[in-house]
Amino acid sequence: MRGASAAVLGLVLLFLIGPFVVILLAGLSAGDTLVFPPQGLSLRWFAAVLESDSLWTAFVLSLWLAIGSTALALAVGIPAAYALARHRLRYGETARAVLTSPAIVPGLVVGLALLRYFVVPLDVSVLSALVLAHTALLVPYAVRVVGASLANLGVDIEEAAVTLGASRLRAFALVVMPNIRSGLLAAFILGIVTSFNQLPVSLFLTGPGVATLPVEMMVAMEYTYDPSLAALSSLLALMSVAVVFVAERTLGLSRHM
Amino acid sequence: MAEPLLSLSGLRVDFGAGRPAVDGLDLAVAPGEIVSLLGPSGCGKTTTMRVVAGLITPQAGRVWLAGRDITELPPNKRGVGLVFQSYALFPHLSVFENVAFGLRLRRQDADRIASRVGAMLEMVGLTGFETRLPRELSGGQQQRVALARAVAIAPDLLLLDEPLSNLDARLRLDMRAELARIQRESGVTMLYVTHDQAEALALSTRIAVMADGRIEQLGTPEDVYASPATAFVARFMGFETILAVRDGILASASGALGPAPAGAVNGSALAWRPGQVLLGSGAYAGRVEAASFQGESVEYLLSTAAGAVKAEAPARAPRWREGETVSFDLPLAAAARLPSV
Ligand SMILES: Nc1ncnc2c1ncn2[C@@H]1O[C@H](COP(=O)(O)OP(=O)(O)OP(=O)(O)O)[C@@H](O)[C@H]1O
Ligand SMILES: [Mg+2]
Repeated sequence: MRGASAAVLGLVLLFLIGPFVVILLAGLSAGDTLVFPPQGLSLRWFAAVLESDSLWTAFVLSLWLAIGSTALALAVGIPAAYALARHRLRYGETARAVLTSPAIVPGLVVGLALLRYFVVPLDVSVLSALVLAHTALLVPYAVRVVGASLANLGVDIEEAAVTLGASRLRAFALVVMPNIRSGLLAAFILGIVTSFNQLPVSLFLTGPGVATLPVEMMVAMEYTYDPSLAALSSLLALMSVAVVFVAERTLGLSRHM
Repeated sequence: MAEPLLSLSGLRVDFGAGRPAVDGLDLAVAPGEIVSLLGPSGCGKTTTMRVVAGLITPQAGRVWLAGRDITELPPNKRGVGLVFQSYALFPHLSVFENVAFGLRLRRQDADRIASRVGAMLEMVGLTGFETRLPRELSGGQQQRVALARAVAIAPDLLLLDEPLSNLDARLRLDMRAELARIQRESGVTMLYVTHDQAEALALSTRIAVMADGRIEQLGTPEDVYASPATAFVARFMGFETILAVRDGILASASGALGPAPAGAVNGSALAWRPGQVLLGSGAYAGRVEAASFQGESVEYLLSTAAGAVKAEAPARAPRWREGETVSFDLPLAAAARLPSV
């Protein structure tokens, strides 16, 4: 029995980590084509990726897009989660269901619809459409994670702050915010990672000089056969691991998911 | 009575679940009084406090503080101190910062805050705990921090919702004396919720006994203790035997006990505490169901034709054993006279 579960655990780990190891090794190849096992080891494709202007541009765009849309999603999500948690609203349950369910419409359709009926006819910049789409995508995460933190926090401390002379808004800032801080940071990291890896919605929302990193990578995949993309993927994976590791260490991220 | 500091008239709060939590409540509290709200769980004590603090807007009725109608005034403008039944300490702040919270909102300077917080913590016996977080304190210590925090802002009116419920007997007596001292020295007016009859008797200027969202009786501790106005108050104040007087007979719903004492008014009711029931001789009889030793006294549970009668006799007096039949007397002079059972 013990041996069997250990074997299953091993298989699952292999399944999860295996692809990463394969890609890492492929990216470390010294050869000119993407093959596994690698032909000799070198860091030349890692260097090539870091020197690519178009990839850097896409990376920076993706990063700013992730930070901006997560911040916007929280700006909308915190008050929404607060209203749902603290007030008995008419249609509150309906609002909660809509706000916390992840997008039902496939991302590709959302992206295409935004392009055809929003960006083109209204002459909106592709960048604003991207920010808008990503924000909408992240609001459910923000509402859910912040809502869970609020549910664990009693109303009485806000009331205590108010009887001691704080306005409702100050009570929120002085008493509620500090106590849901780790939930907020969890929502922030979750949002950034989700936005950063998002492909389907972003796919149609590209323009001159505006393409997110996943889109840029997918396009590159069609005409490059060298190991640079494997090297890039490895870098991104390592970055994600580092972020999650730091978050787990400092906040106990897993408690909020 | 002097111009009341707090006055409630016709308060009604309905949460929309069955009968209203507060239902036509009137109360006037003079400056410097300690008025206790005493009553069974769910009778509306906390709800009344929350209305006074401004955390609930009543569906009907007005709240007056120092001659001003504050019914619509937001809670942060009322300057009323509230000690929560649940303590409601700020989990992320140290004991010091919890107590300093209201003072910081009032933008007092650091020296004044430090000395005020120091004095408050000394008052509740928590000097040296300044840097602890609430979760590092026992329930009783948390309760005392909550008290210090509410008193720190020097309110004119202090609302205390069972502020001593989580303390052991010794500490409870100490804190009760401390509250009385705070009242004397600062002149603060207190509205005090408690389940504990002895605490209400010892601390209060007046006691309001509540039932079902209304005040059943309001009076001095002596009044309420000796002359309950209704059977409900009598039962709550420890009158265990309550019997109706009908056609010269003492009776309960389950049967007649015997002839009523001479002078009892037909159609009224009489009530006795266990200690007022005289065992050994008298016009009535009962069988001892249980006898329990209480230290100074023994408590007997008698079963009679009119149901259970509780009696208490000094432990040195002759004892009766379970199963024995004992005669007893219910003296009219000791009885509380009630309009009905
Ligand atoms: N927020 C609320 N929503 C619905 N009903 C409530 C609410 N708060 C109180 N009640 C109800 O109102 C009634 C009075 O409650 P309240 O808390 O005032 O009682 P209490 O006298 O303080 O009791 P306890 O001694 O147990 O603290 C109860 O029946 C309670 O269930
Ligand atoms: Mg209560």
